[in-house]
Amino acid sequence: MLDFLKPPIQTFQDFFLLAGRTLRTLPRRPHYRDDISLQMDMIGVGSVPIVLLVGFFSGAVMALQMSRALAQYGATGQVGQIVAITLVRELGPVLTSLLVAGRVGSGIASELGSMKVTEQIDAMRALGTDPVQKLVKPRLTATAFTLPLLTIIADFVGMVGGYLMAVPVLSLTTRAQYWNSAYRSLEYNDITQGLLKPFLFAIIIALVGCYYGLRTTGGTQGVGRATTQAVVVASIWIFVTNLMVTRIFVNL
Amino acid sequence: MAEGSDNTVLRFEDVSVVFDDVLALDKVSFVLERGESRVVLGTAGSGKTTLLKTAVGLIRPDSGRVELLGHDISKMEERELYELRSRVGILFQEVGLFDSLTVEENVAYPLRNQQARKAVDSDLREQVVEALRFVELEHTLDKFPSELSGGMRRRVGIARAVVTAPDVVLYDSPTAGLDPITAYTIMGLLIKERDIRNAATVMVTHRYQDGQLLANFRYNPQAGEIEPASRNGSRADLRTKFMVLQEGRLVFEGVQEELEASTDPYVSKFVRR
Ligand SMILES: Nc1ncnc2c1ncn2[C@@H]1O[C@H](COP(=O)(O)OP(=O)(O)O)[C@@H](O)[C@H]1O
Ligand SMILES: [Mg+2]
Repeated sequence: MLDFLKPPIQTFQDFFLLAGRTLRTLPRRPHYRDDISLQMDMIGVGSVPIVLLVGFFSGAVMALQMSRALAQYGATGQVGQIVAITLVRELGPVLTSLLVAGRVGSGIASELGSMKVTEQIDAMRALGTDPVQKLVKPRLTATAFTLPLLTIIADFVGMVGGYLMAVPVLSLTTRAQYWNSAYRSLEYNDITQGLLKPFLFAIIIALVGCYYGLRTTGGTQGVGRATTQAVVVASIWIFVTNLMVTRIFVNL
Repeated sequence: MAEGSDNTVLRFEDVSVVFDDVLALDKVSFVLERGESRVVLGTAGSGKTTLLKTAVGLIRPDSGRVELLGHDISKMEERELYELRSRVGILFQEVGLFDSLTVEENVAYPLRNQQARKAVDSDLREQVVEALRFVELEHTLDKFPSELSGGMRRRVGIARAVVTAPDVVLYDSPTAGLDPITAYTIMGLLIKERDIRNAATVMVTHRYQDGQLLANFRYNPQAGEIEPASRNGSRADLRTKFMVLQEGRLVFEGVQEELEASTDPYVSKFVRR
């Protein structure tokens, strides 16, 4: 009767199996450092332009949106604070991670997916390497390390975008006050959650991408399916995890 | 490695493999001896690839027992399997060359990564070149797989499979999708590899001609090419057995004469051409 629950439960179980296996390979040699730095370059450096763009515009649009509400309360001087807090706590981590899920999660899934359907994964196992160690671990390590850094970049560029909108364009406040209120509003709590989130999201993006890539079947069509699934599933889990983490931090 | 005191290279005992609701292998049993050749025939989806992958533990049997080179691998951990797999060469149906690596790196891959061997770099290059010379592709060292034709990729795949001088070589549909001339070249390489090193050979195919070549031809080292082995007194003939898979079941096992005499409609379809 509960047969319809079997596939999702199976998927969940398989996913955590992969997560567990990856965790166990973390301390184990070989570490394939070349693969890690290659992945960091592709995932991290490769994502910088789009992160700059999105960070800048989301900061600017936020300052614009808030300008009216703040003016109603005569609190336009607080614009720096509002922009900084929303960016560091929410928009920076979530937007950056969603972008990276689209760019990197899909890339991981399609790369591993084509390797799977052309039997490169089988060949790897047959020729003495563990695909989890050789493929999953470097991607996980690289994403977990670079996504928080990308988020910091997005946060900062977003604040610059907010500044350019608030001060030169709208003249809501002075430059000194904008940066002062932005800087002073941020507490350790915000920074912690602002960095913990992208770290967790990175794990989701990398593992979900690898998971769907490695279980690809059905030729090139299957690769396309795996790619889409990886992005959709990772995005959903980013939102769910974001809510849970926020809930914990709000209570702190 | 003294466990394999008898001559058994590979033993399947009632092996079944299930994918979702497909029975890919259904209680398959057979034994492969040292120096023997085996041709596995079957239509697409009959379980040929599954059989080869199960033989080296890339797929785990749902029931039954698989013994490879004297070890029961059905319950072995993946990490223990690496050692054993280093004594087996495999050519995959899709070849599975790493497309981010050059031909040289591909062929060197098993030498570098199999824990059993700690190859020195200078020997390594020599071994790689020798393996590539075997398949007459020593001039492609620095090319990437994407720059090669389908037939050349298969040949690089063969070089990678045999560079470690394995005890057993498994070939998955080595001629699938190739023109007859290239297919003949590939078959020539399989026969040469088998006859020079006397490795046990399992070849999966849907083409009976391939099986016929493997069973009735031998490599002539003087002429440097394959030739028909004379029927009596030749080493090849009776050492090649045929197996036929139908929807995961092993429906025939025997020598060529028995195969040709079979009255089973599915089995005889492979012989009639
Ligand atoms: N990874 C897999 N997932 C689900 N079904 C599979 C998988 N691999 C093979 N099968 C199924 O098992 C059967 C045997 O497949 P295979 O061994 O690849 O056949 P062959 O190599 O003879 O064409 C087919 O029905 C195929 O669809
Ligand atoms: Mg097949």
